Order: sequence, then C-alpha cells, then structure tokens
Amino acid sequence: MTGPVIVFFALAALALGGAVSLILRRHPIHSALSLIVVMVALAGLYLLLGAEFVAAVQVIVYGGAIMVLFVFVIMLLNAGIEERTNLSRMAGLVGLPLGFFLTMQLVYWVAHSESQMNAAGIAAGGSAASTRDLAVLLFRDFVFPFELTSFLILIAIIAALVLAQKES
Amino acid sequence: MAAQSQFLITGSVILSALLFGLGVVAFVFKRNIITVFMSIELMLNAVNLAFVAFSRAWGKLDGQLFVFFVIVVAAAEAAVGLAIIILIARNRQSLNVERVDSLKL
Repeated sequence: MTGPVIVFFALAALALGGAVSLILRRHPIHSALSLIVVMVALAGLYLLLGAEFVAAVQVIVYGGAIMVLFVFVIMLLNAGIEERTNLSRMAGLVGLPLGFFLTMQLVYWVAHSESQMNAAGIAAGGSAASTRDLAVLLFRDFVFPFELTSFLILIAIIAALVLAQKES
Repeated sequence: MAAQSQFLITGSVILSALLFGLGVVAFVFKRNIITVFMSIELMLNAVNLAFVAFSRAWGKLDGQLFVFFVIVVAAAEAAVGLAIIILIARNRQSLNVERVDSLKL
C-alpha cells in the first residue's frame, strides 16, 4: 500500500462515516455538520485525483457558502429534533431496503463497467492538468454556458428575495 | 503508477455510487425538510466525485468543468430552496415533511 492509497481509504471512510451520520443524527444541526465533513473529505479526494482548483472551489463554495446558508436557516427557524410518526416508520421499512438495493445495484454495475474499461485500456490516461488549462476551456469553449449561469444566479437571487419577503 | 491511478479512479467511482445511495436513503428516511434538502446536496456531491474521477480517467478537463456548473446550479437551488423552506415554516409552524401535504403555501 502506497501513500495515496492509504489517504484514499482514510478520506473514503471519513466521507462514508459523515454520510451515515447525516442519516442517523436526529438534530438538523448535527446532520449539517456531518455534511460539512463529507464535503471536506471529498475536497481531499479531488486533490488526490489531481483536480486542485475543484478542491478549492468545493471547500469555499460548498463547505463555506452553501453550508453556512444551511446552518443559518436552521438557526433562524430554530429547528429542533425531528419527530417520528407511523408514516416515517413506514418510510424507513420500505425505503431502507430499496435504498440498499439501489446502492448495491449502482456499485455492481460501476465495478462491472470499470473492468470493461480496463479491458479496453481507456483508464489511467490521466495527465496532470493545470488551472490555466481549465480557465482556457471555461472562457473559450464554454463561455456561452458560463454567461448563462450568471443569469441563473441573478434569477435565483431575485426569486429568493421575492419568496422570503414579508407580506405587507 | 498506472495501477495506482487506476485504483484511485475505480475506488472514487464506487465511493460516489455508495454516497449517492446513502443520499437516496437519507432523502426517503429523514423527516425534517432541511435535512431532506441536505441529502439532495449529498447526492449532487456524489455525482461531482464521479465527474472528477472520469475526468482523470480520460485525461480531459470537461468533467471538472461540469463540476463547476453543478456547483453553480446547487448554489442557486440552495438559495431558492431555503427561501421556500422559510416560507413553509412561517406558514405551517412546522418543518416536518408530512405536514407539507398540499402544493398551496
């Protein structure tokens, strides 16, 4: 086992533990903190896969901005421990086996197609790509979608303002 | 070196499948509307990991670029979704998804 493999297993265990803790914890603020753990672990995995800029964006935008927004709303609404009803027990009974089944299916088919990819010799062709290459691709080939996203964010800001204002 | 890179890519894609499955389970299982929303973010993150892993596998940057667009859409979605959650909480005095049983606010 070499260094990167050990780091991969550590980060993967951290991410999976955070995701399980998100499900098991009953207080929303605990779930939010678990989700932050998952996101930081994923940022480490991006570094391991050679995507430095994506890792930085993941920490700043996801771990920073979006999760702060979540924690802020949880505090604003004073959300307490979630209540369990008969319906939620039913959702657990039906949902957990189905979710487990879906996960196993996904893992099986992913592993299956990976072995096919190995046979075709596609993978492991990754070369180190710099942030500069990413910027060239984003601002030259994908400049139109990039401009469209600014419209999307503008619309989201206006929508959030309109929805959250108090009716007079 | 190639074998190690191969292992990292395969492991990342399998981990992304596992995280996506856990996100689906959380989406069905959780009763708090904010936590349900957080499990959507978990699923988006799992898909991002698959994008980055395949970007590495093919040696192309398009996958990383798609991650940016996913993050932008997730940020916009979080802003609008949390505004809707605040509105629902204000009108119904509850954050339980079972109380939200009609489209009318």
